[in-house]
Amino acid sequence: MPVAELCGVTKRYGEVQALRGVDLSIVRGELLALLGPNGAGKTTAVRILLGLSEPTAGEARVFGQHPASQEAKVRRGALLQVAKVPETLKVREHIELFSSYYRKPLPVAETIAAAGLGGIENRLFGDLSGGQRQRVLFALAICGNPDLLFLDEPTVGLDVESRRTLWAHIRAFVKRGGSVLLTTHYLEEADALAHRVAVIDRGRIAAEGTPAEIKAQTGTSGLEDAFLAIMHENRDAAAEVLL
Amino acid sequence: MSGVYWMEAKMELRKMARLKRYSLSVVGFPLMFYIFYGVVMAPSMSHGAIPVSQYLLATYGAFSVMGATLFAFGAGMAAERGLGWLEVKRASPMPAGAYLAAKMAVSLTFGAMVVTALFAIAAMFGGVRMPAGSWLLLWTALVAGAVPFGAIGMVIGSFAGPNSAPGTVNMIYLPMAFLGGLWFPIDIMPKAIRQIAPLLPSYHFGQIALAIVGVPAHGSLPLHLEALAGFGLVFAGVAWVAQSRDHERMYG
Repeated sequence: MPVAELCGVTKRYGEVQALRGVDLSIVRGELLALLGPNGAGKTTAVRILLGLSEPTAGEARVFGQHPASQEAKVRRGALLQVAKVPETLKVREHIELFSSYYRKPLPVAETIAAAGLGGIENRLFGDLSGGQRQRVLFALAICGNPDLLFLDEPTVGLDVESRRTLWAHIRAFVKRGGSVLLTTHYLEEADALAHRVAVIDRGRIAAEGTPAEIKAQTGTSGLEDAFLAIMHENRDAAAEVLL
Repeated sequence: MSGVYWMEAKMELRKMARLKRYSLSVVGFPLMFYIFYGVVMAPSMSHGAIPVSQYLLATYGAFSVMGATLFAFGAGMAAERGLGWLEVKRASPMPAGAYLAAKMAVSLTFGAMVVTALFAIAAMFGGVRMPAGSWLLLWTALVAGAVPFGAIGMVIGSFAGPNSAPGTVNMIYLPMAFLGGLWFPIDIMPKAIRQIAPLLPSYHFGQIALAIVGVPAHGSLPLHLEALAGFGLVFAGVAWVAQSRDHERMYG
């Protein structure tokens, strides 16, 4: 049984179709990258799987439950794109607070270590650098010892070093047996981390497979070329339908 | 579950206490006003049988609690809702009630702190003398005012923009306090204002506090209590509807 799935999910906001019949499933222990350009529907898919938004049609399940159910919530963690995090709490206080929401959280010291926050745990959030801030959000996502993580563009705006550090922590989470849905528009990131990639464009899954399969499918050597090929093909197909 | 509520309230208190633009202004401004009008200027004014320092203790007490509450809920929620933090919380297993209970805990704590400080100034420098029972009743009534004004703050927090919220709160809070007779006795106000005042929750809150310190009330006490409870319920209802509406916004 998949740990999370979307079955024929459509999401409409007024006139705009954000998702058009998306089928997606994440199996236990895998890191699935949902790859696509800005506005493709990545965040909408994540929001539906987090129970923050209801599908217009179709169904979303997390551990076989409704995504907004408490049973689903206590077994997953999420790193979302957030414009402002309260700045007058210390790193450790943020973690203690989020840990209190879960039934069996990791010990705070373990969360601090697993997110690479040792040495800055007593600083106020407002005094941290961009990379450190993302690691705190990562810590809040894993502090409940979840089986499943949702990471919505976790490394956007980070410098190379901060990005690589966060990657290492994400890999460590998967190595401990966790499953991850990662959205990104960095092809390199999907290539480096994912077991499986689903390419999404204008609300549809345009291709799906291991990074190697996707490259083979399009006869390209890099995932970046494959991505461009898929986008191109998909636009042609869409143009045909429209004509 | 009570552990979560306790933790949420504790962290919210630390967060707001360290946020100087909240902690200094909601404590500082009412004290400054009261010291100026209730202590320094008071001997040159009189208001019927009640010393001015005693009259203004009731109304500035109401003013302080309104401020502590409207900013904790209104400005706090607007920023967290508008800038994505509330989403992170809603995606987590946090019980929704813990979020609001923590804001209420901050309002009650800061309200109680300012009211206590006002009482100390009134007794030591304002020459206010009342039976112990009146002090206690006034303190309780003032601090409890956080409950209906919390509902009003929730409505502001549901509609105000994240960055403009503090300004929005001031634009509602200050006129409401002035027109409700919390800065200057309602009897010395122009007739037009005296007619508007009963439409404002601040007026009814002030009248309840004044009745406790022995000022002959306008209208009956039960009526003021009912009006304030009515405002609280209506605003809580509006906030409830606004929150459920807020869930469906557009994302890429």
